[in-house]
Amino acid sequence: MKTVEDLKRMREQFQSQTKLRHAGGIQIIVGMGTCGIAAGAREVMSAILDEIAKRKLQDVTVRQTGCIGMCEKEVLVDVVRPDEPRITYGKVTPAAVSKIIGEHVVNGRIVEELVVGKISQ
Amino acid sequence: MRELALHILDLVQNSLEAGASRVLLEIIEDSGADTLTIRVSDDGRGMDAETRRRVIDPFVTTRTTRRVGLGLPLIDMSTKQCGGYLKIDSTVGRGTTVEAVYRHSHLDRPPLGNIAATVKTLVIANPDTDLIYRHSVDDAVFTLTTRELTEILGDMPLTHPDVIVWLDEYIAANEANLYGGVQHENS
Ligand code: FES
Repeated sequence: MKTVEDLKRMREQFQSQTKLRHAGGIQIIVGMGTCGIAAGAREVMSAILDEIAKRKLQDVTVRQTGCIGMCEKEVLVDVVRPDEPRITYGKVTPAAVSKIIGEHVVNGRIVEELVVGKISQ
Repeated sequence: MRELALHILDLVQNSLEAGASRVLLEIIEDSGADTLTIRVSDDGRGMDAETRRRVIDPFVTTRTTRRVGLGLPLIDMSTKQCGGYLKIDSTVGRGTTVEAVYRHSHLDRPPLGNIAATVKTLVIANPDTDLIYRHSVDDAVFTLTTRELTEILGDMPLTHPDVIVWLDEYIAANEANLYGGVQHENS
């Protein structure tokens, strides 16, 4: 069974240089308004976290946000890579998460067929 | 929503949207009183009496008010169907406490569901919010706080792959422990 001691040990082994990369890293944002949750946002979030753990991605942060106002397109997931447009994916399922992470987050290739919005920033 | 854990995610999201920096989430299972209580207390901006009335009325929870909780009418309904009630206490500028009480043994009571996934999501995806999670089953208690974790982790992010795996196992094991480590409705 995992204990708090395990976490402390992990912290001791952690190399701080990843922090610099982390600050300018990739952001993933999941819409968690009521209808997002009803449409499966928590399962999508779990799939994202599993994928980050599996691929050992160290410079990705994950956030949740509220109602985005596009009920019919839930579950909505935004991916923001530094200095690139913010991409909103719609109707995201746990099965689609692996593709979005593998293609877009890791390799920078937007998964066009799932895109519902692009915001240049 | 078929799981209380999803309603709980929705309740805490309301607190986050109300600008809370601290959220206390309690689940209290009391076999003596035969109740399952979910209580979410925050230090967000709070609601006046009029808004408080509106948020549990499904017909006036429209586009303009949905930010304060489309989910509350659903929770109100589900508690009433299970011999319980929903209570909202709120003070403008101070915060809000929402309490949902269910008859534990009621046949129609939704299962708690995957509370581990809900707690993991809340902790990892809101690192700047001080979440205090406290789940008790009679005398057994499991407590997890964002602050305790971030104090140990320092500059190591909560989204670090090793931390995600640790949280998964830590929460799952402690939740199972609450039920004496035996098979229960949520496993
Ligand atoms: S939660 Fe989906 S549109 Fe509001």
